[in-house]
Amino acid sequence: MELNEIIKPENLVYEKPRLMNENPMHYCPGCSHGVIHKLIAEVIAEMGMEDKTIGISPVGCAVFAYNYLDIDWIEAAHGRAPAIATAVKRLNPSKMVFTYQGDGDLAAIGTAETIHAANRGENIVIVFVNNAIYGMTGGQMAPTTLEGMPTSTCPYGRNIALNGYPLKIGDLLAQLEGTCLVTRQSVQTAAAVRKAKKMLRKAFENSMAGKGTSIVEFVSTCSSGWKMTPEKANKWMEENMFPFYPLGDLKNKE
Amino acid sequence: MTEEVKLMKGNEAIAHAAIRYGADGYFGYPITPQSEILETLMAEKPWETTGMVVLQAESEVAAINMVYGGAGTGKRVMTSSSSPGISLKQEGISYIAGAELPCLIVNVMRGGPGLGTIQPSQADYFQTVKGGGHGDYRLITLAPSSVQEMADFVGLGFDLAFKYNNPAIILADGIIGQMMEKVVMPPFRPRKTEEEIIAECPWAAQGKPAGRKLNVITSLELDPAIMEENNIRFQAKYRKIEENEVRYEEFHCDDAEYLLIAFGSSARICQKVVENARAEGCKLGLLRPITLWPFPSKIIAQYADKVKGMLSVELNAGQMVEDIRLAVNGKIKVEHFGRLGGIVFTPDEVLAALKEKLF
Repeated sequence: MELNEIIKPENLVYEKPRLMNENPMHYCPGCSHGVIHKLIAEVIAEMGMEDKTIGISPVGCAVFAYNYLDIDWIEAAHGRAPAIATAVKRLNPSKMVFTYQGDGDLAAIGTAETIHAANRGENIVIVFVNNAIYGMTGGQMAPTTLEGMPTSTCPYGRNIALNGYPLKIGDLLAQLEGTCLVTRQSVQTAAAVRKAKKMLRKAFENSMAGKGTSIVEFVSTCSSGWKMTPEKANKWMEENMFPFYPLGDLKNKE
Repeated sequence: MTEEVKLMKGNEAIAHAAIRYGADGYFGYPITPQSEILETLMAEKPWETTGMVVLQAESEVAAINMVYGGAGTGKRVMTSSSSPGISLKQEGISYIAGAELPCLIVNVMRGGPGLGTIQPSQADYFQTVKGGGHGDYRLITLAPSSVQEMADFVGLGFDLAFKYNNPAIILADGIIGQMMEKVVMPPFRPRKTEEEIIAECPWAAQGKPAGRKLNVITSLELDPAIMEENNIRFQAKYRKIEENEVRYEEFHCDDAEYLLIAFGSSARICQKVVENARAEGCKLGLLRPITLWPFPSKIIAQYADKVKGMLSVELNAGQMVEDIRLAVNGKIKVEHFGRLGGIVFTPDEVLAALKEKLF
């Protein structure tokens, strides 16, 4: 078959999402961020909301999310994205507003902003990437680092007596009256990606329907920070992260 | 049209002026001596009339970041606090300055350092005019000395902020915030429509229509060569503000042999000092900086050629006096008189200090 035969629209099985631009990504090979970015780009475009969406990027690996998704962005100070999103949405209620945050940003320095935005039931989406480590600064302990898991600031493994317990902030947020959806997803397999996309779409729809705060947590890998190959990181995540952070809906109010 | 005159506190004037100016949002957190701003806004319920958003945030940190977010969408947004709360906001203020966003901040100063006292002070002068947060940036600083100016500077502050895409701050103190005076209420202005905002603030994150490049509100730039260019651009803007926006008031300066220099509530007390001194035959004048940054250095330098000495009268240990000395550059004697920690001086104390330090 000739090439011009093959590229007919009816033969299309996959394409780069329209909202993803040509900038080369800075994320490490095997990192979950790329897939999650892609899902957000697809959901926004499929909802036809690209001209009404404002993203709030964090401090952390995803600080440059605005380099990859062709929408308007506000880049937050570390941890403050939910406060920014609160004002953006309240002042512009017809817009679709989401934050994109890592575990350090959302569950350590920004815990107050996260909990209070969710408790007020702000009509925003919080995309939470939980890879149990600070990736951007070079692999330090996160609030979600598992017990015994080594990082550069707990080189002998997280010691509960010294560092406290890993924080299941998703469970905590699910207790708040202001949240309508708290779901834990992953993107290491095709099936997981499909399921995650469905929940992400639901979260964005909730925000426009005024149902309250939706949180989509992605249990993710950080092959560089974890010092593993991408393949091994996925396996390690399934064996160690999933038992502590089980996937599924923690809350899904209809 | 007849003037609408009301009796109210300085803090209440700020709240009413914000609604009347057509502000889009206020985000605050209670702290004495400025809580009436948030309380008045909540009692007035402007969301039912003008559509203004008012929100009590979980902290001063959240409040200033709400301002950052709202300003990033081109809205006219503000926050207020008092000294310890303003310290908490410094990170956010630095981001707002770095992202070149317009907004209005109000600091109703109290005595410090630390939790300090709830009594009035002017000890945040350095913090306000020299930076406060990290990095090389400036805040357009307006110092009201009456309840009328509390009302008027809301509009002026927003106008200057949007003229230069830079945060503006009203630096008041507990006296101006709490005292009651009559106020000629500013007129009602409609809030900007989304179309007007998009036209006036093409940089705003309002949702990217097809055909325009994406708008990114950020202060981040990893390439130091570009970051230096950004800083050079900021500095050029600051020089322009210094050139165009200096404001001050002169009181009996024409024939003055000595000059008091004071801002805010101190300037009100110093008016009385000038009257008392002149009754004794002493030719005393008062120069009141209205903008603390940009500082009225040029006019002060001119007076250094005319008067025998200057006394900087401040409710702090001597902060503005440094800027006066820089302007005077050693030509004449410049001294400082102040009370600390929430104590307010009397006119007699100021006059005695003038005689002791300069005569």
